[in-house]
Amino acid sequence: MNVRVLVAKVGLDGHDRGIKVVARLLRDAGMEVVYTGLFQTPETVATAAIQEDVDVVGLSMLSGAHMTLAPLVVEALRERGSDIPVVVGGIVPPRDIDELRGLGVAAVFGPGASADDIVKAITELVPHSI
Amino acid sequence: MVTESAHERWRRLFDAASSRRENFTTMSGIPVAPVYGPPDAEYPGLYPYTRGVHSSMYRTKLWTMRMFAGFGVATDTNARFREIIRSGGTGLSTAFDMPTLLGLDSDNPMSLGEVGRCGVAIDSLADVRDLFDGIDLATITTSMTINSPAAVMLALFIAHAEASGVARERLGGTLQNDILKEYQAQKEFVFPPRQSMRLVRDTITFTAAEMPKWNSISVSGYHIREAGSTAAEELAFTLANGFAYVELAQRAGLSVDGVAPRLSFFFNAHIDFFEEIAKYRAARRIWAKWMKEHYGAKDERSWQLRFHTQTAGVSLTAQQPEINIARTAIEALAGVLGGTQSLHTNSMDEALALPSEKAARIALRTQQIIAFETNVANVADPLGGSWFIEELTDEMEREAEALFAQISKMGEGSMLEGCIRGIEENWFQRRIADSAYELERSFNSGDRIVVGVNDFLEGNSDDDLATLRITNEDEKRQLARLTAVRRGRDEAQVQRALARLSTEASDPSINLMPALIDAAKTYATVGEMMSALVVVFGRYVEVPTL
Repeated sequence: MNVRVLVAKVGLDGHDRGIKVVARLLRDAGMEVVYTGLFQTPETVATAAIQEDVDVVGLSMLSGAHMTLAPLVVEALRERGSDIPVVVGGIVPPRDIDELRGLGVAAVFGPGASADDIVKAITELVPHSI
Repeated sequence: MVTESAHERWRRLFDAASSRRENFTTMSGIPVAPVYGPPDAEYPGLYPYTRGVHSSMYRTKLWTMRMFAGFGVATDTNARFREIIRSGGTGLSTAFDMPTLLGLDSDNPMSLGEVGRCGVAIDSLADVRDLFDGIDLATITTSMTINSPAAVMLALFIAHAEASGVARERLGGTLQNDILKEYQAQKEFVFPPRQSMRLVRDTITFTAAEMPKWNSISVSGYHIREAGSTAAEELAFTLANGFAYVELAQRAGLSVDGVAPRLSFFFNAHIDFFEEIAKYRAARRIWAKWMKEHYGAKDERSWQLRFHTQTAGVSLTAQQPEINIARTAIEALAGVLGGTQSLHTNSMDEALALPSEKAARIALRTQQIIAFETNVANVADPLGGSWFIEELTDEMEREAEALFAQISKMGEGSMLEGCIRGIEENWFQRRIADSAYELERSFNSGDRIVVGVNDFLEGNSDDDLATLRITNEDEKRQLARLTAVRRGRDEAQVQRALARLSTEASDPSINLMPALIDAAKTYATVGEMMSALVVVFGRYVEVPTL
């Protein structure tokens, strides 16, 4: 069974190069990818993730709002009774990574993370895929 | 009648231009001429300007070292502006935060987490006043990087300048105001494309009539490249957008010579050194030819493509961030050898965060080394005549012309229609995403090396660089400022001004600038003015495509 991933841009950040490239690389690796477009809220992402029955939610964030918005996506999912793991990619300073993980983010990919790193980490988050 | 030769013409222009030094020599004392080439060569300052827009290039005046800055609340950015001026910066460039760029007030729920983060938060005239406090707007030029709410920000800027005693006629600067590339690449849009173009039209005609020193649009390829395009796509899409704005102004009744001299350009300086230099040379030549031959411009200033350059943010690595200083220096040098009019150099820490003050200073110092130590600025177009550079310049032009043909076809002969339809049909967006993907694959396969990322990794685990930390405190400070503004203003005046704005927006024959300036003076907020326009214009939703 293919791994299903919802990739999302939350908040006002319009930088979509990274999310589009990563989405295609995940498809190349055999995953099914859903993209909901720009300017999403934590609630719209959580709702879409549950409706689409995805295995992982990937957030792309380059504006520095990750500390505020990523935990809100985790919270919105948990409030809806979902345990779908959330991963974050983008410009995240190393000092923020532990704090994000403490707030329930399953993995963080900084600038320069390779396609292999991302595919491997996402695959490991999905028990049935291994 | 004796016809003046190109050389004589150049000589006359050159002799009339001032010089920043009496003599130019190499470090060892060898005299250096202002330009080199055979007698029948092209000359800088002469059509088609492949070799530069000025006859004397940097011998008269070095490029403007324009460092882009903005973070936190207005007073924080004001302090950084003053530091830039003290360090020898010669122009200001304002970065706004995401809510401001999308026309939202800081207290809008969607602004949560973004206030003052990627730039300075501006909600009202009070913020603009603090932003430029103590800075003489009659003597320093100001660039404002904002697009969807560009007309709103221009109105706030005029309202502030006039309240501080500087008439709008005396204001020099640039509004980015390039909405087409927002839909194509940067994705900070609010209104649908055609409604946005109405606002662009209003700023073009207003500044043409009332602000002789103002550049109404900075047609920007920078973001197209950062979003993943190739160099030729950056070149072609940017110039096509430029043609579209010329056609927009013509439709509004301006002549090509009434609009073209007020357009400036903004290009990326990426890491492929010679390709970038060829891109700038081709840009000047193509613009000159199209303005003169296609649009019939008579004024030489319409033919001259002037541009700002910024080094490539996307080329910076989070790994071993100090090595970004070397990348930026090489990219900046390409901009200078390509004849840029102004330059922003990125800071080494920008793959990690907004630049720290120290990192920003080093970036400015990089420009100063190029300007004052290397002597590269003493000769115009020093690479002109290189077989490689000339062929690469020609190839850039050929690739751009092929793309223009496709855009023109989409618009049935109109570049304006072609650009809008290309956006509506996701043509630009898809091409840019395809190029980004191809490039990424070449990094992943190891076909292209990025030092510190897929090779030469020793040193990657070194200690963190001290980066700027924007806290949620800034958000709280800005919310307090905004609350105070709302409390202190005359609400009836605000509502009257906003109602006028909505009414005038629904009549496309009216220029909205006077109503916007009127609203700005009442302390109506950016979000309120934009909402008054959204009521009439609607909002644009991009169809998500991968």
